[in-house]
Amino acid sequence: MAKDVWIIAEQRDGVLRKISFELASTARKLADELGEEVCAVLLGNGVTAGAKDLAKYGVDKIFVADDAIFAPYTTDAHSEAVAKLVKEKEPAIILLGASSQGKDLSSRLAGKLATGLATDCTDVKIAAGKMVAVRPVYAGKCFVEVQSATNPQLASLRPNVFPVVEKAGAGEVIATEIAIDPAQLKTKVLEVQKDASGRVDLTEALVIVSGGRGMGGPGGYAALEELAGILNATVGASRAAVDSGWRPQTDQVGQTGKVVSPNLYIACGISGAIQHLAGMSSSKYIVAINKDSEAPIFSKADYGIVEDLFKVIPELTKECKILMG
Amino acid sequence: MNIIACIKQVPDTEAQIRVKADGSGIEETGIKWVMNAYDEYGVEEALRLKEKNGGEVTVVSLGPARVMETLRTALAMGADKGIHISDPALEDADAYVTASALAAAIKQTPYDIIFCGQRAIDDDAGQVGSILAELLGIPQITVVTKLDVDGTVAKAIRPIEGAQLLIQASLPCLVTTQKGLNEPRYASLPGIMKAKKKPVDVKDAASLGVALDKKLRVLRFVSPPARAAGKIISGDDPAAKAASLAKLLREEAKVI
Repeated sequence: MAKDVWIIAEQRDGVLRKISFELASTARKLADELGEEVCAVLLGNGVTAGAKDLAKYGVDKIFVADDAIFAPYTTDAHSEAVAKLVKEKEPAIILLGASSQGKDLSSRLAGKLATGLATDCTDVKIAAGKMVAVRPVYAGKCFVEVQSATNPQLASLRPNVFPVVEKAGAGEVIATEIAIDPAQLKTKVLEVQKDASGRVDLTEALVIVSGGRGMGGPGGYAALEELAGILNATVGASRAAVDSGWRPQTDQVGQTGKVVSPNLYIACGISGAIQHLAGMSSSKYIVAINKDSEAPIFSKADYGIVEDLFKVIPELTKECKILMG
Repeated sequence: MNIIACIKQVPDTEAQIRVKADGSGIEETGIKWVMNAYDEYGVEEALRLKEKNGGEVTVVSLGPARVMETLRTALAMGADKGIHISDPALEDADAYVTASALAAAIKQTPYDIIFCGQRAIDDDAGQVGSILAELLGIPQITVVTKLDVDGTVAKAIRPIEGAQLLIQASLPCLVTTQKGLNEPRYASLPGIMKAKKKPVDVKDAASLGVALDKKLRVLRFVSPPARAAGKIISGDDPAAKAASLAKLLREEAKVI
């Protein structure tokens, strides 16, 4: 009989990522409803020391496979290891992050375990002993409620959406050996080029300052970069700006770019095409600054200013500088 | 080199999506159907590989009769032949059943590399590529923005949060494509004419031997929560408006 709620923790260089705590807190909530335990799986090299941090968020057991074969992450080694452990222990529910790594791992795992996966969920709950997951489709133009027909029930959770809740768990670290045949590994990471800017990725940013066609060209973004610097924000862009070559493709927010859910999204010179709104409408607060009072973006905004953005942004930067001390 | 590109027909990005009153799906009337944008990068990359190495490009799609139009678009871009998996029993297939059908069709044809879009912009699941790779027992590199194929090895750039990875995989492998990989070509007029005569093999679930057991059930579709009307900060002085906004963000929204 399958039971317990598992999370697949995510770490970089031995340090757990915030999504791991979001997963743990959510798993704790589900497990309490079911009266079951929360177990975490942590794979990597030199990760045992950091594993205990999961206990603060309600994790009962942490299976740690600390082995050079698990670093850096490869789909082959991680999916094989998790599948082996799952087949042995038979958890009922497994939560992963809908991060780059989590999306790659969860989808391969769904294939390996021949089970249902709900991708990029914004809510999960228990109904009649099973998990019901809520997830946006059409980039948030509508939502579906889904349920896995088989165990384990897999879900990947959208970063930044689920609260991190401190709650003491037993946090028993269980060193786990999982044998992986190196001959089975058909992929290899040759190089990791870290982004020198050190900025937070759009999908994980708490504040985003985004610019569209109204920026008038690549030079206009200097004003947004300055505001972003003060707010510790990441700069995003609309498809129009990216397709014009003003900003790199990695900055694009929208249905064919990144779907984001920051606490604050400041849309500057963005009219609000439906495909853009789809990518950012799950932001907690939306600010629109646009000189066209008819722009559709205002229908989604919590706060709007109808004005030339180049007159507002420097002033807003000044005000924020004062407020943020 | 035998190259396969999997494509899906989806509503255009400008489409308004309305949920049916009974929550069983979306209203399809008035929707303009197009090739999933991420799949276009896969078709383009397949064509470029063929131009460089020779070989054949096969495009595969699952869906109702209207999907033939999208297959013809890929053929007009330059793909050589198509496979249309068409069966009413597969119309609400989940990612696992879809990948199973694709795998069954692809197993019948030789392949060195398979392309799938990193996700489809309708269900946003991003699972079919990985499940397909698993069912075929081949490695995957997902969300790729640059690809080099040399002999029996593929090297790809995969952006992740705060870094770019250079990943190598042995062929055959499956690559899921991301914006930035290339600029998909438009179909030329001669291409469109030629496409009409290119072969498209139509298969159903029974001929592929696909099990129809879905792994993920959709309980219901719901409309997104409506946002409450916002506050327009009025006035003539940009500085005063900026100051009001900063204050609201600090004191009311508490987000800065």
